[in-house]
Amino acid sequence: MRAGGNDSSMTQQGLKTAGTPDIAAREGSGVTGSRAVGASAELELVEVSKEFHARSGSVVALKDITLSIRRREFVALVGRSGCGKTTMLRILAGLTHPTRGTVLAGGRPLWHDGGRDPETVARLGLVFQDAHLFPWYSVEENIALPLKLRGVGKAERLERARELCALVGLTGFERSYPRELSGGMRQRAAIARALSYRPGVLLMDEPFGALDALTREKMNLELQSLAMASESTVVLVTHSIREAVFLADRVVLLSPRPGRIRSITDVDFRRPRQLDVEAEPRFQEIVKELRSQLDEEA
Amino acid sequence: MPGKEQLMRYLPWISTPVLLAVILGLWNLAVSLGASQYTLPPPGEVYDALLELIRRPDVWTVHMRTTLVEAVAGFGIGLVSGVIVGAVLGRVVWLERAVRPMVVALQVVPKVALVPLFVIWFGFGMTSKVIVAAILAFFPIMLNVLLGVRSVDPGHRDVMTSLNAGRWQTFWALEFHSTLPYVFAGMEVGIVFAVIGAIVGEYLGGNEGLGFLVVDTLNALNAPELYAVIILLAVLGYLLFFAVNVAKRLMIPWHESVTLKDIT
Repeated sequence: MRAGGNDSSMTQQGLKTAGTPDIAAREGSGVTGSRAVGASAELELVEVSKEFHARSGSVVALKDITLSIRRREFVALVGRSGCGKTTMLRILAGLTHPTRGTVLAGGRPLWHDGGRDPETVARLGLVFQDAHLFPWYSVEENIALPLKLRGVGKAERLERARELCALVGLTGFERSYPRELSGGMRQRAAIARALSYRPGVLLMDEPFGALDALTREKMNLELQSLAMASESTVVLVTHSIREAVFLADRVVLLSPRPGRIRSITDVDFRRPRQLDVEAEPRFQEIVKELRSQLDEEA
Repeated sequence: MPGKEQLMRYLPWISTPVLLAVILGLWNLAVSLGASQYTLPPPGEVYDALLELIRRPDVWTVHMRTTLVEAVAGFGIGLVSGVIVGAVLGRVVWLERAVRPMVVALQVVPKVALVPLFVIWFGFGMTSKVIVAAILAFFPIMLNVLLGVRSVDPGHRDVMTSLNAGRWQTFWALEFHSTLPYVFAGMEVGIVFAVIGAIVGEYLGGNEGLGFLVVDTLNALNAPELYAVIILLAVLGYLLFFAVNVAKRLMIPWHESVTLKDIT
């Protein structure tokens, strides 16, 4: 199923990742390699536009977005609310059909014949603003749901769910219902659910938006190590510039009405980044520059 | 010392006997102040009448049984048809729009007013009462299911879409569970309505059932027995409601209506 990256990932970066169960399993998960694209672009948007039609007229949410995201890259989308960043993520996830343009995932079009390509969608993992856990399932059943839908046997999928609970720090809460968890724990369960089928790409829409500042910093650190350990490509939507600069390899700044790419900023602090990276002058410079770009629009 | 939470749990077990004692006291007081024997017999007489009533085999084998069968059968029919119609109307938007005026019209008609009609159509036997019970139970269940089918969280739908879930997978993992609390909310109202339907049906015709017994004792001006029959009816209604409530607790233990420790 996975058109994974055993080919280029080695040369791409010398990331030393600790041997988590995740990695071992990924290597055995079967790599087709038939579409090994030279540039190894995991996700590509080519002149993508999206218009919404309302009674009051049509709104151009996104206009001519062209962006290429490399395999294992961590990209953050930032912008003011209403700039189309969530729409962009939903288009990448195959939840919203673009009005114009092409979306490629692993070199394959996400949409064809008016429908989503299920094989391509299967490589995407999605984390929403709200955890969107199913209240009738326990934590482990929620995490195992994607595997259940894929026909994985009960013992195997619950085993994997417990493994993921340990990974995201939910051990002891496997049998709890979502309502018994705090907001941060729910979001972790949602991330674990998205990781359960080892997607090559993790798409996250302000996953920590509802959390308090301290929890959020902690989750950011955990997200970084998860992304490194699972070797996933990550696209993160956030309205926090600091969060974007802290986490991302590239920060894509969108400007609103119509949503357009205003700038793309490379951030090359060494990983794993610690919280004190925010104290570095260069970090502050980048944040300041991005902030002034945002303020220009106001 | 018991915690506040524990106290809350046992509160109904303490407060209910106290309230009952207060009611009995007021009742006794009213009787001693000279209330008519025909409007308010003394509690002792009602108690004796109740004992006598529950010792009569025909009360159980004929009257209680009849009312129970009518209410439960009517509720069952109302449940099945309510779930089916509610689910279809919830999903097929144009159909719901087309029939909405009719549904509203049917809803606002006091259905009890139709009971004589059903007696004409279906006779004085159990059929007409089952139908009344079914119709009364149908509406709350149907409307709740309709609402439930439409109230599936769009975010949950997005999750299923992003996981490539098929039609049936979405139904079983999401829509079914999401609608169940609404079904039970409708059932809790529906079972009470079904009992009302059966009894009102019995008021108007036939010679069996607790409703018939109410009318019969009223005609005999036997006030203590009338009160006793009403107590039996209350117990019947309570037990049926309790059965639905237990089913709810077993089926949707995750839902707020179950987890919030309410009295029922």
